[in-house]
Amino acid sequence: MRRILLKNVLQGPFTDAAPEPDPAALAELAAQLDRTARQRLGRTLSIREVDAGSCNGCELEIHALNNVVYDLERFGLRFVASPRHADVLLVTGPVTQNMRMALERTYAATPDPKWVVAVGDCARNGGVFAESSACIGAVSAVLPVDLHIPGCPPSPTALLRGLLALLETVK
Amino acid sequence: MNWSSRTVDANAWIAAGERLRTGQVSLVSLWGEPGVAHLSLIDESCKVEVLHLPCADNRLPSIARLHAPAIRLERAMRDLFGLQAEGSPDTRPWLRHGADYAFLPADGESLHQIPVGPVHAGIIEPGHFRFTANGETVVRLEERLGYVHKGIDALMAGAPFERAARLAGRVSGDSTVAYALSFSRALENATDTQVPQRAVWLRALMAELERLANHFGDIGAVCNDAAFAIMHASFGMLREQVLRAADACFGHRLMMDCVIPGGVRSDLSPDGALRLKSLLVALRKEFPRLVGVYDNTASLKDRTVGTGTLSEELARRFAAGGYVGRASGRPFDARRSPGYPPYDGLRFEVPVVHAGDVNARVWIRIQEVEQSLALLDQLLAELPGGALATALDTRSGEGLALVEGFRGDIFAWVRTRGDGRVERCHLRDPSWFQWPLLEAAIEGNIVADFPLCNKSFNCSYSGHDL
Repeated sequence: MRRILLKNVLQGPFTDAAPEPDPAALAELAAQLDRTARQRLGRTLSIREVDAGSCNGCELEIHALNNVVYDLERFGLRFVASPRHADVLLVTGPVTQNMRMALERTYAATPDPKWVVAVGDCARNGGVFAESSACIGAVSAVLPVDLHIPGCPPSPTALLRGLLALLETVK
Repeated sequence: MNWSSRTVDANAWIAAGERLRTGQVSLVSLWGEPGVAHLSLIDESCKVEVLHLPCADNRLPSIARLHAPAIRLERAMRDLFGLQAEGSPDTRPWLRHGADYAFLPADGESLHQIPVGPVHAGIIEPGHFRFTANGETVVRLEERLGYVHKGIDALMAGAPFERAARLAGRVSGDSTVAYALSFSRALENATDTQVPQRAVWLRALMAELERLANHFGDIGAVCNDAAFAIMHASFGMLREQVLRAADACFGHRLMMDCVIPGGVRSDLSPDGALRLKSLLVALRKEFPRLVGVYDNTASLKDRTVGTGTLSEELARRFAAGGYVGRASGRPFDARRSPGYPPYDGLRFEVPVVHAGDVNARVWIRIQEVEQSLALLDQLLAELPGGALATALDTRSGEGLALVEGFRGDIFAWVRTRGDGRVERCHLRDPSWFQWPLLEAAIEGNIVADFPLCNKSFNCSYSGHDL
């Protein structure tokens, strides 16, 4: 009994060394993980908000997207501080004459590919300010617009729905 | 409200400027229309005067020469109506952009400039800040505003009452109830309209909900700018609860277009009173806990105490309204005095502190939240029945109102044409007198504390730019 134990200790186990994992199996599993990760994590858009003449009502509801109830970042959507970091410009307001240049420069500073989302009734057609000579009106009169989210202001839920739809189409 | 209106000559205009200079009266607003300048003053007993000055050759004596708070109002009046204030200390354009703009010089050793905006880093309205700094210390801040100027004065001229009210509700979206209320009250004053009691109370209910939502948002945002994110998240939740209740009770999260000339658009939803009572219970449970966190977190208070101090003398001279004034010893609250219904029959206090720093402006908000909660209790308990709105007389007339928004007193002046349309309307945001004070409060603070100071003021860009 003792000799057997001693022999086993000195001799080491009979177990084979671990083989290399099967490359084909690894590739298959990695592809599956990659698909799942992309689905869960891989869709992301960085958003730069530009108030181009809003009454600040739209800003309040855009702000709410960041609160714990709507939690925008769980969808891979986040607000960034510079247009140079952005994929999307979220533009509000009836584009005032005084904001036109700043809006155009912000667009020019945003790298391609980029999307413009016009938020609120003012950004869609000037809203209640449409007739004003101090306003240009629709954002589409100044920039190519990819998506309109109407409302005065649109609720955070309406904003989320619009942004998620955009996310679906650009991935 | 006790007020009077008269047409004056240049001498009486200058005499009014002297009364402003010597502090006998405070400036309510200064505005124009083609060929006529208007000046509104308020005295110690809260009696309001409106002076109309016909301007031959579009010229008038400058009030700003005697009283600095009128500077930007005169510049705006010149841009909008071509009325030149002669002798003004600052003749640069204000709302009219386009030409080159000369910022005020700052002389001294080792100064550098930091231009910020109009497009800012956060989700904020646009405006330009020109900092001149010595190392980290701000020696001068100069604001340049007007980027969101939408021409509201011109749109108001000739607008039917209903459209005009919608415009008023979009001067500054965060104060949509207060603006619609101020405009409607001015219009009702001009047309001598009596609003049904139930509407008066529902309006106050909405106004206090708006105040709560904004104060919650502001307190959280000030803490966030001191890198204390948990308060931002918690107060964001409180704000969201108020907005959802407003949506359930009145059909719009911000209660836009819910106040209409003559009354309110719709009644409180059937389960609204119950919904609001449970909201009040929830807020009373959570709010004191968060106030405790604010008060007991030394690293947070370290950022807010002693930062961005506004002197009582400046607050008084600029007739600073809202938490900006009340944190610097100026006890003005339009709900209390001149006062308007239903507040004249309700019990509430107007908190005032004297420190004038960021912390003081936070504390005023905290105390005002408590007052608003108490007001909502009373409003819900004693809500009268009856009609929701009455038709407005279409007579021609002049009317005005001062309504306390969350940010301060919103002045509305209106002249009606007699055919159900507005002839002229002027809406003055409290920010007109708060923005210049921010320039003063930041002096000597470090650049990194500007967001904190700015958020504690939370001036409106849109309300100011019109």
